[in-house]
Amino acid sequence: MNSGDTAFVLVSAALVMLMTPGLAFFYGGLVRRKNILSVLMQCMMVLCLVTLQWIFFGYSLSFGPDLGGLIGGLDWIGLHNVGAAPNADYAPTIPHTAFMIFQAMFAVITPGLILGAFAERMRFGAFCLFSLLWATVIYDPVCHWMWGAGGWLKALGALDFAGGVVVHLTAGVSALAAALFLGKRQGYPHAISPPHNLPLAVLGAGLLWFGWFGFNAGSALAAGSLAAGALVATHAAGAAAGVMWSVLDWRFNQRPTMLGMITGAVAGLAAVTPASGFVTPLGAVGIGLVAGLACWLAVTFLKNSLGYDDSLDAFGVHGVGGVWGVLATGLWATRAVNPAGADGLFYGSGTLLGAQFLAVVVTAAFAFAGTFGLLALVNAITPLRVSEHDERVGLDLTQHREAGYTLIE
Amino acid sequence: MKLVIAIIPPHRLESVKQELYKAQVNLLTVNEVLGHGRQKGITEVYRGVKETGNLLKKVRLEIAVNDNFVEPTIAAIVKGARTGETGDGKIFILPLERCIRIRTGEEGREAIG
Repeated sequence: MNSGDTAFVLVSAALVMLMTPGLAFFYGGLVRRKNILSVLMQCMMVLCLVTLQWIFFGYSLSFGPDLGGLIGGLDWIGLHNVGAAPNADYAPTIPHTAFMIFQAMFAVITPGLILGAFAERMRFGAFCLFSLLWATVIYDPVCHWMWGAGGWLKALGALDFAGGVVVHLTAGVSALAAALFLGKRQGYPHAISPPHNLPLAVLGAGLLWFGWFGFNAGSALAAGSLAAGALVATHAAGAAAGVMWSVLDWRFNQRPTMLGMITGAVAGLAAVTPASGFVTPLGAVGIGLVAGLACWLAVTFLKNSLGYDDSLDAFGVHGVGGVWGVLATGLWATRAVNPAGADGLFYGSGTLLGAQFLAVVVTAAFAFAGTFGLLALVNAITPLRVSEHDERVGLDLTQHREAGYTLIE
Repeated sequence: MKLVIAIIPPHRLESVKQELYKAQVNLLTVNEVLGHGRQKGITEVYRGVKETGNLLKKVRLEIAVNDNFVEPTIAAIVKGARTGETGDGKIFILPLERCIRIRTGEEGREAIG
């Protein structure tokens, strides 16, 4: 066991944990004042609920001894046999518990990403039930396929360094399904007020960027040159995408905007996630630039022309960004950066790109259909959508009997 | 000259504005207020402590109009805001003594519209 690696992974786990409150502030600043607490509450509650699910059976399903390439078993229920001794399959130089808790933070934030699609209109109880089911039925299997020992996507040669397939693609596509299932907010698009607290959203974006170093560099599971390279790639892609979005806003919308810049940065960070441990800094810049462009187009044109209410652009950023990032890994990956990876198209081989494409198609189809099914199931048990009256008054007062801000003291 | 004050639910503001513009009433002031008529409010709870908050969010419009615009303004506000439920709001008409346009110093009828 290596104390440097262990320290690094534990700190990375803490950084990724911080991304859930960071996401809460990012999303929270973008909704109307009357719904700020509902967004914060959904994020913080999913942190608690999925942590418990992970400990009880989520980790076992995701990383446990393989069943048919599709799912881990129930051998590690309650973290049975997950202890101090390292697990040679996953992270040979750190305690198994360190790997488990690091992965827990990924499982927690992924359902949190989806709530951007149905912000301001979902009942809290239904949200909790849906999130728990989604974590178990969608996240855990896909996590196993891509990262579990014996997982079939991994066996096929698909690469996902830190969560392009497992986190951004699943969450982004599920977000689209949710936006379509729940329908538009009352008054969308003309009578929805703009973000109520952009400074809060910027704070959230800053925390996300910071935490992303744990998300990507920590996925090296060791403190060394691979982690360093992943950190650099992460940072470079975020910066490139932030600039790209600002340039597009400036050129086509007259002014660069704060909201655009932070959205762009997040898109770049999301896109580079699967590639971060396999690409050069210049490759990362390329990934970031295209992510900025692709997500800007998706948010500006796709949503408006197709008319769906993806309230906080969860699909436009994480879905589109995730698809691009997973495919881009197939272009820019090089064994020179990570010998345990593969060479992408720009380094002489199209095989990886084929595997990445398959991963995208299968995961997207599974996430979309599965989410639709889960939403229908939950809706049959307890209505997903708040009443018209509650939606007008706001979720903070109606779902939580609290106000985010005191108007008159 | 009259000052029209209207208290309406926040979600009707957009349609009230559109009706006012259609009625050629283009100048207005809007702010957020708290209040209630016969509607019941919502109780908030903070760590076991109940705030018997019974004030709901409303929007107040203030519009200065010439006498011949009073009825069209009232009609526009009612058309935009009425839903038939409790909480639709109220309109008050106050006499307006003087009205001055700061930029030019104009007064009266010219200053209003």
